[in-house]
Amino acid sequence: MATANIQVSETPLVLYALRRADDALILGHRLSEWCGHAPMLEEDMALSNIALDLIGQARELYTYASKVEGKDNDEDKLAYLRDIRQYRNLLLVEQPNGDFAQTLVRQFFYSAFADLYWRAMMNSRDTTLAAIAAKSEKESAYHLRHASEWLIRLGDGTDESHARAQAAIDHLWAFTGEMFAVDDGERALIHAGIAIDPGTLRGRWLQTLSNVASEATLVLPENDWMQQGGRTGRHSEHLGHLLSELQSMQRTFPGLTW
Amino acid sequence: MVSVLDRDSELRRRAWDAAASVVDPEIPVLTIADLGVLRDVVFAGDHVEVAITPTYSGCPAMNMISLEIEVALERAGFRRPKVRTVLSPAWTTDWMTEEGRQKLRAYGIAPPQASSSRRALFGEQAVACPQCGSENTELLSEFGSTSCKALWRCKSCREPFDYFKCH
Ligand SMILES: [Zn+2]
Repeated sequence: MATANIQVSETPLVLYALRRADDALILGHRLSEWCGHAPMLEEDMALSNIALDLIGQARELYTYASKVEGKDNDEDKLAYLRDIRQYRNLLLVEQPNGDFAQTLVRQFFYSAFADLYWRAMMNSRDTTLAAIAAKSEKESAYHLRHASEWLIRLGDGTDESHARAQAAIDHLWAFTGEMFAVDDGERALIHAGIAIDPGTLRGRWLQTLSNVASEATLVLPENDWMQQGGRTGRHSEHLGHLLSELQSMQRTFPGLTW
Repeated sequence: MVSVLDRDSELRRRAWDAAASVVDPEIPVLTIADLGVLRDVVFAGDHVEVAITPTYSGCPAMNMISLEIEVALERAGFRRPKVRTVLSPAWTTDWMTEEGRQKLRAYGIAPPQASSSRRALFGEQAVACPQCGSENTELLSEFGSTSCKALWRCKSCREPFDYFKCH
């Protein structure tokens, strides 16, 4: 028996929180897929810990979205009972783990952004978002350092690790533009001092990337053609497979709790 | 004869003490008061309400802590206690008490640097070994057995140890 999808009234603020919550949930789920499979024990713990941080951030953001929406869609319903077209995450975070390099490059692109983004959001006029940002900022700083160190190790490592890291950068590059895009609803939140304009962070984000890339002897792509769609619910088929696993318990046993 | 004011503050102190006795399930030598997680205890009508602040976003211990606070208050005679989570201001390791830091060290975990500046966050300050006190130590893994800890090793006494990360 399938459980019906919930309907969410996506006001600009609800949508804003859902987008960030979905980013954190989907990336956290991707990282959790490494649990028990990472190349070594320390890394298994690192990836699982980062996943835990992200899922914690997602919970706070879903709880807030739920409160703002004011219906009975709680954090679990938001996480588990929407259809793929209702997810608002970046295409970047739903990309498959691939090899270890691909996982780390995805994490590096995202964390370099999240670190700047949440630090700027600490000044939000919305006190809940500012508080969530204050936590997420410190966590993102750790995540960024972890990914940066790995990228340097892989890029400046063997021919094989270098080639894989470079291939991952080339492959994932087209998914980075979406992080800086803003629609009208979000622009209104930016004007109100509730959100910040991610476009203003792109220069510093690129600087972080190029610092690490040059130490890693890796090259950032020149091309600026970017793939978009995640923010409006147009996803790759990868998300469908991820959701079928993520949602399976709630879909099979509706309302199940620990 | 006890004045109303005294009685209320006595009641609040009892409630605070009961809540403050709850320990972190992952580091049982630390109480939630040591951690700085316990923020406030107030009486709303006929029930007591405890405000706590989460440590890390993904800390799985928070649900457990809430439950234990309710149990501790009921045991102390307070009926229908409520636990409320406050996000703002965000918790930082700076709120850990000096007593908490000493308990951690005695337990074999290096306490967080006193100020969670970005330099401390990035481990640019020396972390002293909780066993021998040497500052000749090295980071083994940024992410340890729980989300709040990193794994370090002392190069003087060769003992590995947990470090409670700055946050
Ligand atoms: Zn030592």
